Amino acid sequence: MLEASALTKRYGDKTAVDHLTFSVRPGIVTGFLGPNGAGKSTTMRMLIGLDLPTEGRATVRGRSYADHPAPLHEVGAMLQARAVHPGRSARDHLRTLAATHGIPSRRVDEVIDLVGLRSVATRRAGGFSLGMAQRLGVAAALLGDPATLILDEPVNGLDPEGVLWIRTLLKRLAAEGRTVFVSSHLMSEMALTAEHLVIIGRGRLLADCSVADFTRSAAKNTVRARTPDAELLRTRLAGPDVTITGDDTGDLIVSGRTAEQIGRIAAGLGIVLYQLTDQVASLEEAFMEQTKDATEYQAVA
Amino acid sequence: MSADFVTPSPAAFHGRVTQTRVLHSEWLKLSTIRSTYITAALTLVVTIGLAIVTCWGQSDHYAWMAPDLKARWDPAGWSQIGFTFSQLSIGVLGVLTVTGEYTSGMIRATLGAVPERWPVLEAKAAVFGAAALVLSMIGCLAAFYAGQTMFAGKHIGTTLSAPGVAREIFGTAFYVTLVGLFGIALGALVRSTPGGISCLLGIITILPLVARGLPENWYNALAPYLPSNAGTDITRLYHTPHTLYPWPGFGLFALYVAGTFAVATVLLKRRDA
Ligand SMILES: Nc1ncnc2c1ncn2[C@@H]1O[C@H](COP(=O)(O)OP(=O)(O)OP(=O)(O)O)[C@@H](O)[C@H]1O
Ligand SMILES: [Mg+2]
Repeated sequence: MLEASALTKRYGDKTAVDHLTFSVRPGIVTGFLGPNGAGKSTTMRMLIGLDLPTEGRATVRGRSYADHPAPLHEVGAMLQARAVHPGRSARDHLRTLAATHGIPSRRVDEVIDLVGLRSVATRRAGGFSLGMAQRLGVAAALLGDPATLILDEPVNGLDPEGVLWIRTLLKRLAAEGRTVFVSSHLMSEMALTAEHLVIIGRGRLLADCSVADFTRSAAKNTVRARTPDAELLRTRLAGPDVTITGDDTGDLIVSGRTAEQIGRIAAGLGIVLYQLTDQVASLEEAFMEQTKDATEYQAVA
Repeated sequence: MSADFVTPSPAAFHGRVTQTRVLHSEWLKLSTIRSTYITAALTLVVTIGLAIVTCWGQSDHYAWMAPDLKARWDPAGWSQIGFTFSQLSIGVLGVLTVTGEYTSGMIRATLGAVPERWPVLEAKAAVFGAAALVLSMIGCLAAFYAGQTMFAGKHIGTTLSAPGVAREIFGTAFYVTLVGLFGIALGALVRSTPGGISCLLGIITILPLVARGLPENWYNALAPYLPSNAGTDITRLYHTPHTLYPWPGFGLFALYVAGTFAVATVLLKRRDA
């Protein structure tokens, strides 16, 4: 269980995180989304006490992270993939972290096996590929068998196999009852992994909802109708809450009427329909729609 | 991969962070990096090598030395000349012990594991200080005996039991160790490798040289209190004008190091990682 209440971070006169309040529940994967510079990494650093909040409070199971006597058993975090001395082997890196909590070497070998690094565990980490470094970061996060995981863009730079691996792992960790908080830029990725979403832009909370709710509310639901009698259908569908646009294929794009209603009306008129489909905006579109006013860095058109 | 992998094997651990464990962790960090061993080996070779070369040269000069110089003959001091190198190698290694973590990003993992933070710096200093002390003791003693064999033929050497000699030898080892700790403190303060090394070299080697540019009475008043001038008073047998006595000088240097440490510790706790 993670909680942020009115969490705020200012760097000089730049407000990176602006009165964020949200909580992250155990047992599910919670996606943390926002465009570049939204304040995701900053929020995560404050959650584990690396950055001090300017205002507000971040807690792990009701206490500040730093007040836990065995923080690695509380929270496992991966904030950046390459956080390893390049001259040290993966195994030695994990041993140094394990030693602070008296975690036995057996556990170090266990997490090495878990992330599939056994064959390279004694090689210098400086030579690791991004994917390998990412796996080492995950191993470090799992070392203390933590109740909560905080991962900053764990799929960045991973190949499809690696992405699938992370996705499966996160779901499994959540299914074991852990709190899993994962940041990403990609709504589509989170839709496949997360059950709940916390979306921020320019440091402010934009949405805190389930993935299903987000999809339902943010998507512009329209119906596409293809018919040789487009003009007739258009006049008969018209109404106060209905907007109908066409596109270059000659299809009607209708909002304000369901596919069932359109089908009945067409049948009543004896109009032939070649196609009648619900159009759900992609999650990525919905996400961009949601954050478009809160994008930090935007290309000038 | 089966699900039981994530959960640890039975009866695994329920450890909390303790100072002893942080010490163990810091010891693992120091001992699992190749540069530690390379620096240690290089330091020993150069310290002993310089002792042999310098003492061999001085044994040759001795016959032509002016009487007043002969009166201040310091055969143990000549054997310790290698500290000019080892203070830099150990000092730079001290800086790197801290700044290496900032450069690699490891510091976030370290401070995440030990959010109280100051035990990390304390443990780094303790582990590094102990290792540097052992290494310097070995280096200084070996350099002493190697140097004295160069003097033996002319019977101008000395022994460890002669007055002041043990203080010179062990004092040199203490001084080098303190420079290593100074490196750690400066590294923690500056948090960047080039910055930390520049500060260390600036204070230890450049500052005394720059001070020579001052008017003489200013220099004489100021020079004894410069960190490395004060710290190295312990490495010489005879007292010279405008220097501090061995232990007061050493004590002052220790105060500088301790002060830097105190500031670094407070900042470590306060600054964002
Ligand atoms: N140490 C710092 N000093 C000054 N500004 C900072 C610092 N850290 C972050 N910022 C600023 O705070 C804002 C939020 O940054 P943050 O890295 O948290 O965003 P993010 O959501 O993680 O972005 P990305 O998706 O690109 O990783 C940015 O504008 C960034 O420039
Ligand atoms: Mg980020």
